[in-house]
Amino acid sequence: MTVSTSSTTGDDSTTGGTILRPYGDTTGDGMVQLSFTLPMSSLGAQSKIAEGAAAQLANKMGMDPALVVHAKPMGPDFTFFVVYGRVNHLVDTSKVQVVERDYPLLSPKEVNLSIRKGLRRRLVVVGGCIGTDAHTVGIDAILNIKGFAGEKGLEYYRELKVVNLGAQVSVPQLVERARAEKADAILVSQVVTQRDAHILNTKEMSAAFRESYPSHTRPLLIVGGPRFDETMAADLGVDRVFVRGTTPGEVASYVVHRLVAGRPRPGQKAS
Amino acid sequence: MSGKLQLDPVTVRKARTLARRAGRPIVSLAKKHTTVSVERATLRLAGLRGADADGIPWVNRLLDAVRGDVGIEHGIALPVWDALLRGEADDLSTLAQKAAAGSVRFRLPEGRDLTRARTAARRQVAAGVRRVDGRRSERERLVRRWGDPDHQPWIYLIVATGDIYEDIPQAQQAAREGADVIAVIRSTGQSLLDYVPEGATREGFAGTYATQENFRLMRAALDDSSKELGRYVRLTNYASGLCMPEIAALAGLERLDMMLNDSMYGILFRDINPIRTFVDQRFSRQVHARAGIIINTGEDNYLTTADAVEAAHTVTVSQLLNEFFGKEAGLEDWQLGLGHAFEITPELPDSFRMELAHALLARDLFPKAPLKWMPPTRHMTGDVFRGYLLDAFFNLAGVMTGQSILLVGMMTEAVVTPWISDRDLALQNVRYVMNAAGNLHEDFVPAPDGFIVRRAHQVLGESIELLERILAHESKMGLLDAIGDGTFGLMKRPADAGRGLDGVARKAPAYFNPATEILEDT
Repeated sequence: MTVSTSSTTGDDSTTGGTILRPYGDTTGDGMVQLSFTLPMSSLGAQSKIAEGAAAQLANKMGMDPALVVHAKPMGPDFTFFVVYGRVNHLVDTSKVQVVERDYPLLSPKEVNLSIRKGLRRRLVVVGGCIGTDAHTVGIDAILNIKGFAGEKGLEYYRELKVVNLGAQVSVPQLVERARAEKADAILVSQVVTQRDAHILNTKEMSAAFRESYPSHTRPLLIVGGPRFDETMAADLGVDRVFVRGTTPGEVASYVVHRLVAGRPRPGQKAS
Repeated sequence: MSGKLQLDPVTVRKARTLARRAGRPIVSLAKKHTTVSVERATLRLAGLRGADADGIPWVNRLLDAVRGDVGIEHGIALPVWDALLRGEADDLSTLAQKAAAGSVRFRLPEGRDLTRARTAARRQVAAGVRRVDGRRSERERLVRRWGDPDHQPWIYLIVATGDIYEDIPQAQQAAREGADVIAVIRSTGQSLLDYVPEGATREGFAGTYATQENFRLMRAALDDSSKELGRYVRLTNYASGLCMPEIAALAGLERLDMMLNDSMYGILFRDINPIRTFVDQRFSRQVHARAGIIINTGEDNYLTTADAVEAAHTVTVSQLLNEFFGKEAGLEDWQLGLGHAFEITPELPDSFRMELAHALLARDLFPKAPLKWMPPTRHMTGDVFRGYLLDAFFNLAGVMTGQSILLVGMMTEAVVTPWISDRDLALQNVRYVMNAAGNLHEDFVPAPDGFIVRRAHQVLGESIELLERILAHESKMGLLDAIGDGTFGLMKRPADAGRGLDGVARKAPAYFNPATEILEDT
């Protein structure tokens, strides 16, 4: 379903706020367009019922009147609809809540540029799956050039040196390699969660880094996986937790934000 | 050859000669090595299948045991069939179980034992190759019975739910909607597994695992669809990654029709060791050649990382290399689905003319190859309306330049996994363009000295320069060095690094592999 309206993105919503309606061709007309599929036939005698069903859905979504402008059968069991109509809802831009990302999202070009300017050398990222976890899906999505969700992985960034240790890396191996490569950031992926393996492994990892580095030179510790909670970072002893759906660009932007953007280095209990 | 671009035959011959010179040392390197996956593929052709309770395939278990005792540099066949002849077990699967339990010791047979092991191995692997042959004639029979699509290009659609039992109805629906070729995308990360998962699988990440059982289930379902629709619907999967040779063997055994199989993709985009890749791809292409499978190469990927105008010639160079490696392995022209893509930034003036030039260059250089034409991905923004327009231009370029296999672009590329309506709209787009343009390619002859012709000549010239640069590398292995220093797709991949290197072995003088022998006899 695509809902396209002329409403705002909410970026400029901090002060005052305005009351808005979607804009079709006249101020205040409230017109939106919508497309969706219903799992029902619209062949032959069914067509009237199908169009009525689409109008009913649009009505329930607040479109009144709802104009079903297009109904196309896709095989015997599905119908695709395009609906235009007026919504009565008002948008109050002062009530828009923006999910705060505490770092700016940068393009690969911007990431490379700020590393080149701020660090004057390549930034070294060492990554892998620790413990018995053989699922490299997560770490590869972030590190491999192939990337994820249409974004190239960190290997694509000229100014990042990526060392992907792959699966089943032991914590001592990881620490040793991090030292050898003079890693600026460590990326650990944990997919397997049986008996809280992901939690225990991560705690072991962060403890090992705390032991073998003075706190001000310790690399940035980042952990990711589908079963982590973003608020767990302090508890796990890491700098950042990334959850399902994180893209390489977000990770790269975060790393640059913490290591290059001129911020003081994180303490051990960074949030 | 001249074609619509009036390419100079001498220049074209020069480009092929350079590709051959760049590729030849790689072939002799590949001939000198074997890999764990080539040896496991040999066991699969001999009929060993199944997995232990932990899901580790028996081919892996048996190979690891043999490797521990005598290494793989002599090939796995001699020690394995020697053990069978010594009466260690009645068949391969019992032998694998005993080997996994540590109750069999393997040795390298000598004298008469060696001859007997050789003969027995050859007989059993030959039976597997005959099964592959049987699948090929079965395909030929079914194509005769149900027929090929009545249009060009063939329409290629992807399904990717992660669950084979969800994939099947989706694939059948896609075929009903007009797809001529169905590709089942693999789960993310399968290319880096050093084993082929076993059985029907219901959970994958952004794709479905390639397994022998999944292949069988999907082929059977598409046979039903072919019958229902009165045209043979082809099935595609991926022979790539660390298990490329094994997956090729499984594809041959289960009558898959096309396989993604690029000579350099794994090296560049998956950081798989270059030698491992070249050895594995040569074997897998020998299997594909025998099985009558059309390969699809992955040149489109270069353009997702490098600029599609600046790097246009790297596509041509890779096509020439893929052609050389493919033919060396026994593939024929009709099996070389060389790839390229519509990835030039739409903001660039004359971008469409440029796309036509590149697409026509591939067509004219490889007139008999079933070229695979890939849709825009890089400049799909989430504006689905603009994406739909871009896809229409992609379709038009495909029709105008006589492409053979058209991967249907989705307007929701980079937004969601395609919805049922996205696919329907995309197919309407393709059908409209094909129907409206008809045989436009007959009328479309670019002006002899016009923009399109000049651009194509320029790209061919740059390709020759690049091949010369590759050959100018100091060592004999110019291509390996070029891969090492980032010539393709901007990735630097040295020959002594990358995944799967520990699974490569230099062949001993007495190396024996019945599968290679049989495949190279043809």
